[in-house]
Amino acid sequence: MRGSSRSMRIALVGNPNTGKSSLFNSLTGLNQKVSNYPGITVEKKTGFFKLPNGNVAEITDLPGTYSLNPSSLDEAVVLNFLANPKKNEKPDGVIVVIDATNIKRNLYLLSQVLDLNFPTIVVLNMMDMVERKGIEIDVEKLSSIYGVPFIPMTARKGIGSQELKNQIIEYKPEERSHIYNVTSNSGEWLRESLKITQSNNAYASWLLSIQEDGYSQIADDKREQIKLLLDRESVNKNKERSKEAIKRYQFVNQSIKEAVKVNPDKDRSFTARIDRVLTHKVFGLLILFAVLAIIFQAVFAWAEGPMNFIDESFSHLSIWVKGNLTPGPLTNLISDGLIPGVAGVVIFIPQIAILFTFIGVLEESGYMARVVLLMDKIMSKFGLSGKSVVPLISGTACAIPAIMATRNIENWKERLITILVTPFTTCSARLPVYIILISLIIPDQRFLGFNIQGLALMVMYLIGFLAALIGGYVLSRMIGVKSSAPFIIEMPSYRLPLYKNLFYTVIEKSKSFVVGAGKIIIALSVVLWILATNGPSKSYDLTDQQIEMRLGDKVDSDRLTSQIESYRLENSYIGILGKAIEPAIKPLGYDWKIGISLITSFAAREVFVGSIATIYSVGAEDETTIVRKMKNEINPDTGKPFFTSAVGMSLLIFYAFAMQCVSTFAVVKKETNSWTWPIFQLVFMSAFAYLMSFITFTLLK
Amino acid sequence: MIRRAIDLQVGEKGIVSDFESEDLPIKLLEMGCLPGSELEIKLLTPFNGPLVMRIADSDVAIRKDLASKILLEIQ
Repeated sequence: MRGSSRSMRIALVGNPNTGKSSLFNSLTGLNQKVSNYPGITVEKKTGFFKLPNGNVAEITDLPGTYSLNPSSLDEAVVLNFLANPKKNEKPDGVIVVIDATNIKRNLYLLSQVLDLNFPTIVVLNMMDMVERKGIEIDVEKLSSIYGVPFIPMTARKGIGSQELKNQIIEYKPEERSHIYNVTSNSGEWLRESLKITQSNNAYASWLLSIQEDGYSQIADDKREQIKLLLDRESVNKNKERSKEAIKRYQFVNQSIKEAVKVNPDKDRSFTARIDRVLTHKVFGLLILFAVLAIIFQAVFAWAEGPMNFIDESFSHLSIWVKGNLTPGPLTNLISDGLIPGVAGVVIFIPQIAILFTFIGVLEESGYMARVVLLMDKIMSKFGLSGKSVVPLISGTACAIPAIMATRNIENWKERLITILVTPFTTCSARLPVYIILISLIIPDQRFLGFNIQGLALMVMYLIGFLAALIGGYVLSRMIGVKSSAPFIIEMPSYRLPLYKNLFYTVIEKSKSFVVGAGKIIIALSVVLWILATNGPSKSYDLTDQQIEMRLGDKVDSDRLTSQIESYRLENSYIGILGKAIEPAIKPLGYDWKIGISLITSFAAREVFVGSIATIYSVGAEDETTIVRKMKNEINPDTGKPFFTSAVGMSLLIFYAFAMQCVSTFAVVKKETNSWTWPIFQLVFMSAFAYLMSFITFTLLK
Repeated sequence: MIRRAIDLQVGEKGIVSDFESEDLPIKLLEMGCLPGSELEIKLLTPFNGPLVMRIADSDVAIRKDLASKILLEIQ
């Protein structure tokens, strides 16, 4: 492999579960960056490492795939990166990682990659497991059959990386013939398709021509020409591809006969024994629910300490800034707008780190594949993946890490639907809102030994889950996103997770959240803060004394400060907005005071409590005082208490279904790589919440 | 004797002989489930969920409807 003045570009290719990421991590360390492939939401991982001769190599970790014929968008990335590279992305060489304990299926992909004629080095990974599994591999023989060097490695333990690096600089490509002769196996049409795709490799041209729509990224006019050509020659894509599979496996099987001896698998019985328990119809499900309960508990409870610490540190910082900078609008912007905005981003890191540690363990140990196995039947009914259970359960703590956790769902449509419905689950930010509203309208009594308020809270959790499932059902029939990925999933052997890989995952997820979603969260929270602390000068820019005069006889000397605060919020832009939307929310039973709280709590649901406290000039945010204050509120139209159970229920339902969370909006924008989906989600969730609250209020009124 | 993969019990094996449908996902073939290869049922999951078969030296899960289209020659 040879690079000119620029650094050498290497593509890392391999089946899933081959230890490709371990190799990538051990080569690059923290010198990696994650971006998206343009236009799609597949992660692109690139990293850099130094070669023994001092040169730097750039390596791209391509998504794991079993074949260059893609059956998902992730796998299509591999095809396009190798067979149809952009001018400045064409790799100088390819490293194919092979799981030595599962060699047949891995050699199939290798045979395809070799026919693209890149300088190629094969990493024969997991050599430490080979002996234990009773496999004997003649490495020399394989090298001579395939015409490329095979480097035995154990990437998990870093064994063999030096040999690999040496091989990269010493490599001299050998002459080798095609393994699958596509020209003789395909019809005359291939000659013409070569002209259209302007490729100098017949196999690359064949690959690009026979994919389903949307997988090969070639220019529209060329795609049209190829379509016409295939129609005219009546090419059967399925037949073309199955012929390839059969011929290649013949070659692979022959090579295995010559170079590999597989004895009865000793190690596999270990995995089989574990599987008998973990996929058992009683114990398997019990264990799965226990695992989910632990994850929920961890994200919910373990994160609390660090989150409180972050919260307190930032409020100390705010106070410090206020005390040490010259008082003025700029200082206020920094201390009350910007710092809380940044805090609102950092506060999610503990939950993200904890959730991704668990997901890393599930993925690396091989258990995630069993979760899919157990949950597939139920979840697929709702348009979701078996893997969706993890985001849905963690969504009960917080939607932000949960939505990021959907990255592990390979099927784009199932992933999108999971992203769209996860915010329905009852996240912890809804709790303070629910608690206030429930204690306002549900009596603190016992029914059959159960506290009714507790039961009501449980019902809210159930409503959240049901909404997510039904939402999935409806959306899967509504959204016309193509999803042809068939359910064919390899069950990896159980393995101990590698703490190093977990560490890189956590760092990378936290970083990508702060960089990707952080900007939007900070920007929107600053905007909301400005709207809440500014207003039209005539009524807003008054001194405390002037406000006191305006309040007139209403002044209550004990509560003057909170009354002034309340006046200010009422006359701010948000206050004006809240009043302006009153006609729209009146059918739900709300007045402008609730309107204001709805708008402010778009920053985060729990802000509702603080806003209500300010508007009712409670002064303190303690729950009982707020509830008492709300209970005493009189509806001027009827002269009766304003917060009837109809209003309270309507509000509960509204908060159960409405999106009401800037951070969710931002993270969906980041994860779907588009503005369409977060806006769609905001609109449908708000509309649904409005409709359901309207029905609730009308029925109970 | 020819049987469908879906009718096998755990531990039973056969040789893939044919497929009952023209437009099977090619991924199945590319995973090594080709006429002539040995297939063993390893696991069945509760509630009629997917099954796990051993094919080309590793375990692969597929849904029941796909398994019903794989025909096996049983010795």
